[in-house]
Amino acid sequence: MALPDVKEKWSAAITEVTIGAIAENGGTRESTVTVGGEKGLPYLRDEEAVGRRPVIAMDVLNMEPTEWPEVLKAPFGDALKDPASWAQKCVEFGAEMICLILDGCHPDRGDCPAEKAAEDVKAVLEAVKVPLIIWGCDDDEKDNELMPKVSQAAKGERCLLGCAKQENYKVITAVCQADDHCLITLSPLDINIAKQVNILVSEQEFPLDRVVIFPTTGALGYGMEYAYSIQERGRLAALSGDRMMLMPVLVDAGNEAWRAKEAKASDEEFPEWGIQEERGPMWETVTATTLLQAGSDIIRMRHPKAVTAVKKTIDALMGA
Amino acid sequence: MIAVGERINGMFKDVKRAIKKRDKAVLQDLAQRQTTEGAKYLDVNTGVSVPAEEQPEVMKWMVQSIREVCDTPLALDSQKIPVLKAGLEVVTGDVMINSCRCDDNVLDEFMPLAVEHNASLVVLTMTEAGPLNDVDSRIEACANICAKAMEHGLDLPNIFIDPVIYPVNVAQQQPGYIMEVLRQLQDMADPPPRSIVGLSNISQGTQERHLINRIMLVMLIAAGLDAAIIDVLDTDIMDAAITAELLLNQQIYSDSFLKAGRM
Repeated sequence: MALPDVKEKWSAAITEVTIGAIAENGGTRESTVTVGGEKGLPYLRDEEAVGRRPVIAMDVLNMEPTEWPEVLKAPFGDALKDPASWAQKCVEFGAEMICLILDGCHPDRGDCPAEKAAEDVKAVLEAVKVPLIIWGCDDDEKDNELMPKVSQAAKGERCLLGCAKQENYKVITAVCQADDHCLITLSPLDINIAKQVNILVSEQEFPLDRVVIFPTTGALGYGMEYAYSIQERGRLAALSGDRMMLMPVLVDAGNEAWRAKEAKASDEEFPEWGIQEERGPMWETVTATTLLQAGSDIIRMRHPKAVTAVKKTIDALMGA
Repeated sequence: MIAVGERINGMFKDVKRAIKKRDKAVLQDLAQRQTTEGAKYLDVNTGVSVPAEEQPEVMKWMVQSIREVCDTPLALDSQKIPVLKAGLEVVTGDVMINSCRCDDNVLDEFMPLAVEHNASLVVLTMTEAGPLNDVDSRIEACANICAKAMEHGLDLPNIFIDPVIYPVNVAQQQPGYIMEVLRQLQDMADPPPRSIVGLSNISQGTQERHLINRIMLVMLIAAGLDAAIIDVLDTDIMDAAITAELLLNQQIYSDSFLKAGRM
């Protein structure tokens, strides 16, 4: 008996956003990344609807991490002391992008000046040739100082800068526009705000085909289902034609998963949970692979074992 | 709701004058303003003051003038095949044929035209004998339209059925009938044909036209209306439609929802 054709027909497709610029486009990257383009719900075996392959960005901080568990630091060793070496290690581990987090510039952590941030950006751009995400320090006032400088330092490389928030979007939007970068719009697990930030950014005439949505991520056991439901709802609205939700989505699996007790606890603290060397990367892997199925296009990750596992999952989902 | 902007119609004095003088700037301005206010299609009608034999050439000129500055999809408003063909020859992008009656012989002429040009087709629940008056005969006509569409290879969502609104001061039970037809239309097929109304007919010859129009639109949207030919430049009516969709969980809320609803 012939099966009926039950393919859904959606009225819109997710935009495609290209990050990185090669020599002929004025940059020095050796690869670029294009994400988005989905024409239907995730991985329903309709090749045309699947869109671009999701990519892994590995986190690099611009100061040596003080709170990372040993199990997470071990694969990197001394490379953690210097963003350029750390970025190189990440690319060796299979990172398709680097996410440079300007954590060392946060007033409560290193409070390093904007000039140092710009130097770190330049050093990473020099050390690795994959596309770059530049993430602020999450202090609005400081970020408004940092973003213009780092945007300038990376001009021509078509980086992805984060993040524009509802209460603080004007500076980062303006510099991304002036220096031809892409922009991450952030919302705190609130789909109404996600839509609103995109409206605000488009009112400032920023082109919507250079926007990536970060709806905020909850790790396994710490809000993952809620994050999943928001991503799903956003994607359904996008495919039904909502132009303000039509962008690719970034999730932060690494940072969020490694905040969990289940990833951080030592073997001695909870022996019944299994060894941390497996447990930690597993927590990160499951967070990432679950959210992939809600429609995630860029995944920020930390542990190389988790990166390998997630890439294998992506291979399987893409039917490779 | 798909808003079809009604303004580029020769029945309006400014458009009539512009057609006479071949002043394309007037049409282009209306096209751009209606698009900014959220029109997803622009209705294009030569108006009856243009002699029949000139209408094809006028339609062609109107379409080309609009296309110079604007690629919002167009709804070619005529029931005459030569006029429609003239527009279809030069139009680019998605296009709606607006409209034809639902007699079998008429559908046999218009449906192949729609298929040939990959256009949507507005079909009125109206035959040579006149518009259908009650729920059952309209539904029967809808079922026949669906069958004819399948016969001609026209996908049902490409059909916009217009159940023909009467002015409220002529027949007050009709709005209720229209809403019932819209509800029953959803169950007719999967996916079902879509629906459209020429909204201003509801208030033809009444007082408080704007108020009656926008309340009718909200009620029809709640009953499942897909598209409406309206004055998109009327802020109140667009705001009402956008808010109705929000309340029906058809659009995600955002603080600037009235702006987002027009984007």
